[in-house]
Amino acid sequence: MQTSTTPYLNSPSLAVRVIACLDVKAGRVVKGTNFKDLKDAGDPVELASRYFHDGADEITFLDIAASNEERKTILDLVRRTAENIFIPLTVGGGVSSLEDVDRLLRAGADKISVNTAALKRPKLIDEIARDFGSQVLVISIDAKRERSFASGYEVTTHGGTRSAEKDALIWIKEAVDRGAGEILLNSMDRDGTKAGFDLEMIKAVREVASVPLIASGGAGDVQDFGEAISSGADAVLAASVFHYGSISIRQVKNHLANLGFIVRESYE
Amino acid sequence: MIAILDYGSGNLRSAEQALLRTGERVEVTADFDKCLEASGLVVPGVGAFGKCMDGLLRVRGDELIRKRLELQRPTLAICVGLQILFAQSIESPESAGVGIFPEVVERLPAKVVPHMGWNKVESNRNSEVFAGIEDERFYFVHSYAVISPEVSEDLLPSWSDYGAKFVSALEYRSLVATQFHPEKSGSAGLKLLSNWTKKIGA
Repeated sequence: MQTSTTPYLNSPSLAVRVIACLDVKAGRVVKGTNFKDLKDAGDPVELASRYFHDGADEITFLDIAASNEERKTILDLVRRTAENIFIPLTVGGGVSSLEDVDRLLRAGADKISVNTAALKRPKLIDEIARDFGSQVLVISIDAKRERSFASGYEVTTHGGTRSAEKDALIWIKEAVDRGAGEILLNSMDRDGTKAGFDLEMIKAVREVASVPLIASGGAGDVQDFGEAISSGADAVLAASVFHYGSISIRQVKNHLANLGFIVRESYE
Repeated sequence: MIAILDYGSGNLRSAEQALLRTGERVEVTADFDKCLEASGLVVPGVGAFGKCMDGLLRVRGDELIRKRLELQRPTLAICVGLQILFAQSIESPESAGVGIFPEVVERLPAKVVPHMGWNKVESNRNSEVFAGIEDERFYFVHSYAVISPEVSEDLLPSWSDYGAKFVSALEYRSLVATQFHPEKSGSAGLKLLSNWTKKIGA
């Protein structure tokens, strides 16, 4: 039974995706409210493997290292993960050159997400799409409600603390025109709050986005995931709720299936 | 030995690791003779059609694919690897494909493209590589596809649906090709790879 009213379905059979995100620093998983108060909570490869077996449709590593020295560890992590996990792996955080992309793909990443570096130099998007294809490129946007922008949403950097002086919807359109193959939309108002996804923002982005849209930021209970999909997201991403075990990926998928959405049910 | 043709940037490591799970020896290489002699050759797809063809031509991959088909040696092409078996693609009209099949690869007529995620495959009844995984989901990420292939007796297409019905896998003589990524499709994908290595007796 299809109770969904989303007008965006392109296929009678494509499953909505549930993505587990791991924030990684110096080889360890961390996640804190609004990116402050980071807590150490585990080995990324082990955790990714657990999510894989629990039915995650994709894994995302977000490298939040501050230094290049710390950043080197991510390549090793990606290599070890690719040995154990046979679902798509996206890596983001600090990707700022074609060499970074090449190294990560060769280590075993399938997709690369870019954020700040693309804001600084939008042509990076064109170059990555040209050399590696749009399908590897996720444009990650940390957006926030801000009335002074026409769409009502602005792009931020530094964990939502600084404005990038760009209207979020205009930036998204530009990034897709330049060749981004997917959008990771993170609500900085909701990130870490467990108050639910910013549904209005998802709807607004869906209206302008012709590529797949991942909703992120604010998941607190299983209902939130269904609402994000109903608002037009193709995929939902969460970190801390999975991470601390308050919700399992299986529970999210069961909930989505009960709402009539198609999910991938056969696990490992 | 299974050879994975290394002809450009991209994630070859996942294909290598997934094939190692089947218990076979695996080598990622661009060496023409090794690739010609290998018991199985894997041709991954990298980036856009034109870029992929450029890389392929540099290592004489087109010749390899044709020659192995002629010699009835098994080849598995993945993602854009499937597309380059055709004559041309709307994506890169200036580049000729390997041209085993005469069709032109088309853009998926859907509102949201790329087609990204886990989709069903309506596998061909006579397929060997889908044995035991006839009803599974596989991971896709692509914007272009083969939508209406010419029907021929020794071509076994499998189908999926995204904006249109398209060829999500095909088997033709010693050639197997998948539009999805078996190396990224969890246990279903691993099963497909082990079906293939068993079938070819690698």
